[in-house]
Amino acid sequence: MLTFTLRRLLVAIPTLLFISLVIFLLVDLAPGSPLSDIPLTVPPDVRQRMIEALGADQPVFVRYVLWLRQFFWVEPAYLLDGWFGTNLANGEQRILSWQARSPVFTIIGERIPQTLIVIGTAYLVGVLIALPIGIYSAYRQYSAFDQFGTLFAMIGFSVPTFFSGTLFIIIFAVWLGWFPTKYDTQLEVTDWASFVEQLRQMALPVMTLGLANAAVISRYMRSSMLDNMTQDYVRTARAKGMTERTVVLKHVLRNSMIPVVTVIALGIPSIFGGAIITENLFGVNGIGAALIGAIHASDLPMVQTLAFIFAVLIVTFNLIADILYGLLDPRIRYD
Amino acid sequence: MTDATPQATVKPEKPAGSGRAIWQQFRSHKGAVFGLAVLTFLVLAVLIGPYLWQPEKLSVAQAMKVRNQPPSWQFPLGTDQLGRDMLVRMMQAGKVSLAVGFVAMIIAITVGTLIGVLAGYFRRLDGPLMRMTDMFLALPLIPLLLVMVMLFRDRIASVMGPELGAFTLIVFAIGITSWMQAARIVRGEVLALKEREYVLAARSIGVAPRRIILRHILPNVVSPVMVAATLGVAEAIITESVLSFLGLGFPPDFPTWGRLLFDGLQYMQLYPERVIWPGLAISLTVLSVNYIGDGLRDALDPRIRGR
Amino acid sequence: MKLKSALLGAVCVFAFAPAAFAERGADGELKLTFPQAVSIMTPYLSGGTKDIYAASMVLEPLAGLDPQGVLVPKLAAEIPTLENGGISADLTTITWKLQPGLLWSDGTPVTADDAVFTAAYCMDPAGGCAQATKYEGVASVEAVDATTIKVTFTGPKPNPYTAFVGALAPILQKAQFANCLGAAAPTCTDANNMPIGTGPFMVTGFTVNDTVSLTANPNYRDPAKPAFATAVIKGGGDAEGSARAVMETGEFDYAWNTQIPPDSQTAMTAAGKGQFVVAFGTLVERVEMNTTNPSPDLPEGERSTAKHPHPILSDIKVRTALSKAIDRSILVEVGYGAGGKPTCNVIPGPDAWASDNTGCLTQDMPGAMALLDEAGWKDSDGDGIRDKDGKKLSILYQTTVNPIRQDFQALIKDWWTELGVEVELKAIDPGVFFGGDPGSPDTFQKFYADVEMYANNSDNPDPETYLGQYQCKNAPTPENGWQGENINRFCDPAYDALHAELTKTTDIAARQEIAKKLNDMVTKDSMTVIPLVHRGTLSAHSLTLGGVAINAWDSELWNVADWFRVK
Repeated sequence: MLTFTLRRLLVAIPTLLFISLVIFLLVDLAPGSPLSDIPLTVPPDVRQRMIEALGADQPVFVRYVLWLRQFFWVEPAYLLDGWFGTNLANGEQRILSWQARSPVFTIIGERIPQTLIVIGTAYLVGVLIALPIGIYSAYRQYSAFDQFGTLFAMIGFSVPTFFSGTLFIIIFAVWLGWFPTKYDTQLEVTDWASFVEQLRQMALPVMTLGLANAAVISRYMRSSMLDNMTQDYVRTARAKGMTERTVVLKHVLRNSMIPVVTVIALGIPSIFGGAIITENLFGVNGIGAALIGAIHASDLPMVQTLAFIFAVLIVTFNLIADILYGLLDPRIRYD
Repeated sequence: MTDATPQATVKPEKPAGSGRAIWQQFRSHKGAVFGLAVLTFLVLAVLIGPYLWQPEKLSVAQAMKVRNQPPSWQFPLGTDQLGRDMLVRMMQAGKVSLAVGFVAMIIAITVGTLIGVLAGYFRRLDGPLMRMTDMFLALPLIPLLLVMVMLFRDRIASVMGPELGAFTLIVFAIGITSWMQAARIVRGEVLALKEREYVLAARSIGVAPRRIILRHILPNVVSPVMVAATLGVAEAIITESVLSFLGLGFPPDFPTWGRLLFDGLQYMQLYPERVIWPGLAISLTVLSVNYIGDGLRDALDPRIRGR
Repeated sequence: MKLKSALLGAVCVFAFAPAAFAERGADGELKLTFPQAVSIMTPYLSGGTKDIYAASMVLEPLAGLDPQGVLVPKLAAEIPTLENGGISADLTTITWKLQPGLLWSDGTPVTADDAVFTAAYCMDPAGGCAQATKYEGVASVEAVDATTIKVTFTGPKPNPYTAFVGALAPILQKAQFANCLGAAAPTCTDANNMPIGTGPFMVTGFTVNDTVSLTANPNYRDPAKPAFATAVIKGGGDAEGSARAVMETGEFDYAWNTQIPPDSQTAMTAAGKGQFVVAFGTLVERVEMNTTNPSPDLPEGERSTAKHPHPILSDIKVRTALSKAIDRSILVEVGYGAGGKPTCNVIPGPDAWASDNTGCLTQDMPGAMALLDEAGWKDSDGDGIRDKDGKKLSILYQTTVNPIRQDFQALIKDWWTELGVEVELKAIDPGVFFGGDPGSPDTFQKFYADVEMYANNSDNPDPETYLGQYQCKNAPTPENGWQGENINRFCDPAYDALHAELTKTTDIAARQEIAKKLNDMVTKDSMTVIPLVHRGTLSAHSLTLGGVAINAWDSELWNVADWFRVK
């Protein structure tokens, strides 16, 4: 297992470099311009000068190498300077967003908290709802609970978040007036009142996303449980006179978790990726909103950096999922 | 499975491959029958419906007088903000959405299963294939689609015409950007199945890998694939609406369910039926596909069929 | 008697009411929401309207424009004119006088040097200044003394109110931006995000593309203003959500740019928490005709260029027929409601500059059909589509993805189909359409379609620059990388000559006459541009917010210092 992990980590480096190049070329090739938001009243020659000031007219490989250097050398140097008060970076150019002219990592740093809090909570809530529903639905297949669970799941993933989110806003914010519709990113939790306020403003986005997450995971859980319920070892366990509780929760569940763990682990990078539509709808303004805004504005440094961090997370969590496989199912051997 | 001869049913020692038995089991699954009925109804409605319901074309001046009407005898599903008959639009939209949903799902599932099985079964392919999967997962979807549209739309359109060209491009785009989940899951299952006793037994008596995969592995990954397929249909229909929203989908006068849902959104408070119809159609499609999937899985599993 | 005293009492309340809130910071927090979040707080590096409006709360110009488009002094003591000697008789210099005792929000005095520096900052070619046109034709800016600024132009300038005028060209503090000249401009993140200004508010917190936190400027020149102690601008979401947050849930006081369907406008107003306000500038939604042939059969590099005139639209009769078939009042009713008016002009305002051209306002289907018949387009094979010499009257009609534009496309397609014109529709992502990427076939400049629809406006009530777009030399071509504002490739030497005359004319009435003539040349005389709707900017404010005077000629927040809480 250790050699497997090490080997995978080594392979990850060239893979990630390759992915970063592909992303860079892709984003560069995509039509659009960093100036598409600028009113038509700004004449072409001024636009041209603005493009030059951004450095966007440089050849693509020059920009790629510059980005690599900034990402792997300059930015970590700034990070170390920030921690230890050293001066490694020596005032070198950081990765600047074309749209906002601010360092990309400052923007990401401002946005990570709300993304992790809101999207992470939604994911956790989704998983916590989904697992019991999936397990019990499978255990009592075709019972009223199962039918209801199926219906819930179907609604959860056939209804897009742009629809459910707007519906929740109309019901809970406009009609009932319980929750705010816009997330206040500046709110600091210092006492009980602000904590309640934080919970209130998280309610709608968490509900919207949690529903969608729970729907998907509960289906995988149920299907996986069903597969295992009919296996021979379950019959054996029952024949041995084990309690139903032990059979289901210990034997079946552990084996059923294998594919579900993949689904859950693979979903975690998407927490960092944010949720584009939900973030936008509720003004959470996290990473997802930043990415989509940057894509629309062809803000190449921002898109590239975010997409690359995302790629790192995906590769990492795939590795974690694979290691978890091995732990959950001793029969699986990688070496 | 087509050789469902009477002999097959009278010889109980040869149950596998019996089409009739599968159908029997499938029929006993109430949900599956319901799903099949609903799906058949939807497909018939979008295929035959437009021939049965042909209201006369209103001029713009006439249509302006019947904007945002609630359902009535003249307009069974009401009208939209331009006075267009929603029933007509729902039927047109359904044809496109159902076709996109199923074709894209089939592409995604086929590619996903193929890659998943290959990666899970052949250790040598595991690394490269999974790194490729990682890459596809990491690529930002919207620039990818923008680039695809920019490079291929006009070329495909010049060969196939704008509408069929758009269809091909969309189905292909959705298909190749949504197979990764299925591939990861199938691979996981295969990794575990590969070590099961019966696979080891088959391998030790020298059965060819192709045969092991087809006979022993594939039938056992059917259920996660079914879940992925169910999710895939819904996702494809919704992704199509996102594509149209970005101007990458069909021409704007081509309604699809996802797009009707999206357009109806800003009228949701005033005219809720505008989002209810397309929403209902998408949910019903997904629900019926899911139940059919459930029924099929039970029907294909000899252990359950015996019960 | 009682009634009278009660009335008197009421009068007293009203009379003293202003005094009651005439105290800085007495009204608590002002909450604004923008559907697009603020990226940067200086108009010189952005050009996005959201950024310009946000910056206008902090940075101020010498003079601004009021809702009628009339100049009002901001940092200047008065508006320089020929009469008061502020503008030289030969129209080559303008001399501004600062108000006495002005302070930056950090307490240091505002001097003429700051203005001189600002001009140098924006005129530095390496800086990529988005408002460079505001300083075009400026030969030099000098500080005559600490409060006097003299701007000299390279030649006579009939409209000298460009530099340091309006929200697009405010004064920056020299001390703060001294190290940000030229290529260093984008790297001054702190200065760009938290500029020190003279406006009623100052920035205390800035999160990119999310929230701007502001607090009342302690050194603002009017000690009683602003009424609000703090302000916050929250960005993100969409027009619908912003409107809802003001009109239905009451979470915010003011929402900029809330263009939503007319039915929803009515329903939201009925909720009784807020109201919509609209200001009409020069924004016109129009259909542009391609005078060149966009056929994909032509080799790349010749498509949509002057080499090949358009096979169908070169005939003015066809263009006129297409315009006549459109009922503009239906378009307004469906798409904009109170936020739009039918128009036939490219320059719809201010009134003194707008032509009285109203010929297109009534739909004329029979007239349109007669024109097409006359032009030789007849339906000879009975398929409902007109043809001539074996060629079908078929048109590709493109625009951006936008629900209102898609409704317009559907309606106009219906009318044109009634005429016997085959119409193919196309909708393009706005980022691509307006992005101007020469590699993409879908930009509005390349115009690989027969007609296209979008909106454009003049950023100055005086439309000289705006009308200059339609000169022959401004046509986008492969040679200039498809950069150019003459989208139709309209080319009329008489137009160019008349525009040249406009640039030399100084008499305001004569300028207005020429502008009207130019407007008519591209619209009713040649039907190259088919204006559809004069669009306003629709914003929403809470009923508890007083003092809002929406303005189309300057920032909508131009008088935010005067806003107060209605009690």
